Amino acid sequence: MALSDAKQRMIRRAARDITAGMTVNVGIGLPTKVIDHIPADVAVCLHSENGISGVGPSLDYSIADRNLIDAGGAYVSTVPGTAFFDSAVSFALVRRGRLDLTILGAFQVAMNGDLANWMIPGLFTPGVGGGMELAQKACRVVILTTHQDKKGRSKIVEKCQFPLTAKACVNRIFTDMAVLDITLDGLVLREIAVGLSIDEVVMATAAPLQIPDTSLPTF
Amino acid sequence: MRLWDKCLTIEAAIGQIGDDATIMVGGFGVPGTPFCLLDELVRQGQKRLTLIKNDANETGMGVDHLLENGQVKKLVVTHIGLNARAIQLMNEKQLEVEFCAQGILAERIRTAGAGLIGFLTDVGIETELAAGRTRIEFAGRSCLIEKALSADFALVHAHQADPFGNLIYNATARNFNPLMAMAADRVIVETETLVALGELSPNAIHTPGPFVDGVVRLPELTGEYGIVRR
Repeated sequence: MALSDAKQRMIRRAARDITAGMTVNVGIGLPTKVIDHIPADVAVCLHSENGISGVGPSLDYSIADRNLIDAGGAYVSTVPGTAFFDSAVSFALVRRGRLDLTILGAFQVAMNGDLANWMIPGLFTPGVGGGMELAQKACRVVILTTHQDKKGRSKIVEKCQFPLTAKACVNRIFTDMAVLDITLDGLVLREIAVGLSIDEVVMATAAPLQIPDTSLPTF
Repeated sequence: MRLWDKCLTIEAAIGQIGDDATIMVGGFGVPGTPFCLLDELVRQGQKRLTLIKNDANETGMGVDHLLENGQVKKLVVTHIGLNARAIQLMNEKQLEVEFCAQGILAERIRTAGAGLIGFLTDVGIETELAAGRTRIEFAGRSCLIEKALSADFALVHAHQADPFGNLIYNATARNFNPLMAMAADRVIVETETLVALGELSPNAIHTPGPFVDGVVRLPELTGEYGIVRR
């Protein structure tokens, strides 16, 4: 599926928050695409909860190893220094706080950082997988999601209606419209997508936004 | 002194399982799923099974054959998003599904395997998954009591084994297998390669043989073990 230009820019922008020395877990779906935009010379350790640290680039089916996947089911490779471990060790690493950053998708994010991304009651109940521990225990939790759902409703809300993955866990939200930080003062608009006005972002967001006085960077 | 041989046929291994059994099944997606042991369970037709597994595989693979055959009463899982049949059976209330956070499922199994009764955690404390769990204050923090999870049987997939049941797993096919191999009353292993006693380096063994009851050597791998082109 081809991604829109705004989504591509959102993904590239999220990749810039991954810096040298980080151990990072990216969630299934859109967040996986962030990996492709990490420069090759940046030293990053990718973790996948099915039991691998030092996840290497994904592989074509023709050269894939049937025993080597990431948690999303993609065939991946090793890098010099890769380690394999069981599921208990994998989540010990998460709960112990050894993940510097996780990038997750969302159904809804509330202005206080509550995250709902595992269940839409009556519609979609696939199960939570490893999302609960990632959201609650990673040192920094960022969300990568379209600003609105397919029906044009804001995914950024005052209070989540869907069952929570974790409370007050989100630090930053990357959308196709804006970069938002969740702070003690509330939801702060930090950056804005090229071609959009602040009013357009405010209108598209179902929660109050703090707008800084200075001009906003674009992405 | 010498160690003994636990090898048996796949028919005899799965024949130990009765109706109403609770069975742990290794694997995360395809890697580490004991497809041949599951196929034999389908052939023998044990009923009203409770399965404990990370996921329900994909439609047409592994656990799904048991669902299709109406052999499963309950699933204890973390995610069933790749199996539309499991979701449908759950929505029609023909299948009971208990969801668990993935690391908590792993730790509940590990805890049983370590001979412990439960553990304390704050994971999921403010979520729906806390329902039915006892909440306590301990060491100045609010936490949930999570109960150890054991089973009558564990079905485990190993890359290499010796006849005593010392096991080595391959890459991300390890996942829940070593945990389940410690947590069930009877542990049945299928192995891609069977080597003679003494051929596995003692330093390289992931699951020590005393945890294992039966070893089945796979004559060949079925297509389900291969690459899935989605």
